[in-house]
Amino acid sequence: MTDLAIELIGICKSFGAVAANRDIEMKVAKGSIHGIIGENGAGKSTLMSILYGYYQADAGTIRVNGKDTHIRNSQEAIRLGIGMVHQHFMLVDTFTVLENIILGAEGGLVLKHGVKQARAHLKELNKEYGLEVDPDAVVGKLGVGLQQRVEILKALYRGADVLILDEPTAVLTPQEADHLFRILRTLKEQGKTVILITHKLREVLDITDNVSVMRGGQMVGNVRTCDVDRAGLADLMVGRKVNLQVDKAQREPGEVVLSVKDLNLVDRRNVKLLKDINLQVRAGEIVGIAGVAGNGQSELLEVLAGMQQPSTGEIFYKGQNLGTLKYRQPKAAVLRKLGIAHVPEDRSREGLVKAFPNYENAILGYQCDRSVCKGPLYSRKALVARMNQLIKQFDIRPDNPMLRVGLLSGGNQQKVVLAREIHANPDLLLIGQPTRGVDIGAIEFIHRRLVELRDAGKAILLVSVELEEIMSLSDRILVMAGGQITGEMAGKDATAPALGLLMGGGDKH
Amino acid sequence: MEQLISLLDSTIRVSTPLVLAALAGLFSERSGVVDIGLEGKMLTAAFASAAVAYATGNPWLGLLAGMFAATMLSMLHALVSVTYNGNQLISGMAVNTIASGITPVLGLAWFQQGGNSPQLDDVARFHEINLPFADSIANVPVIGQIYSGLLSGHCILVYLAFLVVLPLVTWTVYCSRFGLRLRAVGENPHAADTAGISVVRIRYLALLCNGMLCGMAGTFLSVYQTGSFIKEMTAGKGFLALAALIFGKWRPTYAVMGCLLFAFADAVQIRLEGVPLPFIGEIPSQFIQVIPYVLTVLLLAGFVGRAVAPKAIGIPFVKSR
Repeated sequence: MTDLAIELIGICKSFGAVAANRDIEMKVAKGSIHGIIGENGAGKSTLMSILYGYYQADAGTIRVNGKDTHIRNSQEAIRLGIGMVHQHFMLVDTFTVLENIILGAEGGLVLKHGVKQARAHLKELNKEYGLEVDPDAVVGKLGVGLQQRVEILKALYRGADVLILDEPTAVLTPQEADHLFRILRTLKEQGKTVILITHKLREVLDITDNVSVMRGGQMVGNVRTCDVDRAGLADLMVGRKVNLQVDKAQREPGEVVLSVKDLNLVDRRNVKLLKDINLQVRAGEIVGIAGVAGNGQSELLEVLAGMQQPSTGEIFYKGQNLGTLKYRQPKAAVLRKLGIAHVPEDRSREGLVKAFPNYENAILGYQCDRSVCKGPLYSRKALVARMNQLIKQFDIRPDNPMLRVGLLSGGNQQKVVLAREIHANPDLLLIGQPTRGVDIGAIEFIHRRLVELRDAGKAILLVSVELEEIMSLSDRILVMAGGQITGEMAGKDATAPALGLLMGGGDKH
Repeated sequence: MEQLISLLDSTIRVSTPLVLAALAGLFSERSGVVDIGLEGKMLTAAFASAAVAYATGNPWLGLLAGMFAATMLSMLHALVSVTYNGNQLISGMAVNTIASGITPVLGLAWFQQGGNSPQLDDVARFHEINLPFADSIANVPVIGQIYSGLLSGHCILVYLAFLVVLPLVTWTVYCSRFGLRLRAVGENPHAADTAGISVVRIRYLALLCNGMLCGMAGTFLSVYQTGSFIKEMTAGKGFLALAALIFGKWRPTYAVMGCLLFAFADAVQIRLEGVPLPFIGEIPSQFIQVIPYVLTVLLLAGFVGRAVAPKAIGIPFVKSR
């Protein structure tokens, strides 16, 4: 059985009362790309951490190249030829690429000699795998795609034959992801084994040879990739039929809730970020704004949410000109009171305070809500009760209101933000990138909630770079390019090629 | 000319304990451990070295004792802030408090001189060393003056600090394996950890170096400069060294330049005292004494720009994911 690089037999691991891995069986063939797919919290990362020596399995055997081994720490894993590229890069930003790579394997007390050898070795590796990394560049100044390649180089430099990548594309642009996949294929051709942890179906189908599906700490399927399709994998992952298409009845929109007239935004360097934006959002309607990232959608959302001041133009909310209101409080707070809720694009920077527990995050922006405070004091009991209610309504996991929000998965963090904003019962919801970094089960859930909100007669303005999301949710689609609205389409008529054409339309400006 | 040389001469002398302490702090802070305990460690070392030098009549044994005492406090700081992940500022503060409490108490018990140590005999002190030919070329203009007035005639610790410790520290931090790991641990201990480096070990080693250098700094004060231990004799020098370290953005040569600048201000202050200035007249000594400290505040606030500290500084390393 030497054609297996890794064999896991009956791996169990519990943290306290929570079983993160239960009786896991998995075989990874040498020279293959093996996908491990599962929702956030399914136990993928725990399993790989066991393989890499971070955790000790409570029970079970790990075989590397057919031999029983006991991996007690990451050095031993490295010695066995296992390398890992973490989701959050383990790099020293102020060091050069070279320094990062030799760290921990310097080859002697004095750096000079080791550096020279490393430089030569690096040149070879760079050429062999087409990595194109400059050894003298400072890591902190490199883009994420390049930083990731530094991580791969680091593993290869230490002689890794098995490379584990944990959610490698979560931080990459589509182009960078494609480049990464080319590198992974080269690695495979050179006889390396790649284990790819992900929750994105497309990646698994594109690149892997075999795939293991995990759910709730258990291995629920080991299949050849060519034997499965998208829907089948999704069902395995979630454990029930997943509806990738959003069910949505046709509905006649009501009166105009938001109306934007000739909106312009100019930044300090006199660059026009938004040019003559005119749009309307009606009650009971989802208006989607499509576009390649960085074409003014983010700025539009920020202006509407009161986080930026428009240079010229008017915004009417239910017929009221927001520009002529007197703001005694920060603008965003006033808008919230009027019934405009905002789910920001970057939830970890603008939507949540990660070090705060769930229940405190759930009142950010609504901290003056009479139901939770008495004068200047909060009723902790009321806050927790409110959080418990939100946890139930939005299926937030784990269901602990005291948990720091930073410890939740991306999908559950997003649910906390969404729960908070929807709980306030807004008439207008501004929402940016609702499913960025969110796993498939949660995506389905979030989409359903948005459609429910629309059916309840609320107005929703949706900004997303995911075309599929825009097309399946929106009643009306506006396309932005170069800070302008370049086109409009009814949701039911929209096709990806047609939208793509409009999205490219702003490039000439 | 003579005025200037004697001013620079005292700058070097005054800066030596600052240089040693700043480099001590550099080890600790580069490894990610904040060290506001420099002051206390210097004070303890000053006391221990004076006591041992007094008892044995040997300044070198005094130096060893000073280094040992400061290292013990460093290890205490390491135990609290590295092993038990305690708050580094509080631990450093504790070191300072312990030092300013224990030294006069022991001093009183052993020497009955109000917490100070007796004046050391000549054999028990470090002395100025005259470099060869210093006297014979003292009258040669410029070169001779600089050689005999500025370079010659310092204590052995001064030469050690500038000619051995400074180059050695710089080389260690930038050119050795330990230095690379030290910097990595201070910037991103998780990266170092995954690369198979023991963060705890590196931080302990850093604090070991820290203690030894603090010990030298403290010994300089009591066994050379004053020739006895005096209560609270460090008088903020540890904090001044820390300021110089930040001023130098945690880089050895720049930190040393910061020390020289502060020392220069100090030397000027001594010169200005009681001297009537044109137009202004005699400046009250309180105003003059304040110069180095005001300079510190101004430099740190405005001049340096943003000092970029080691990223992991002050954060206990907890292995988790």
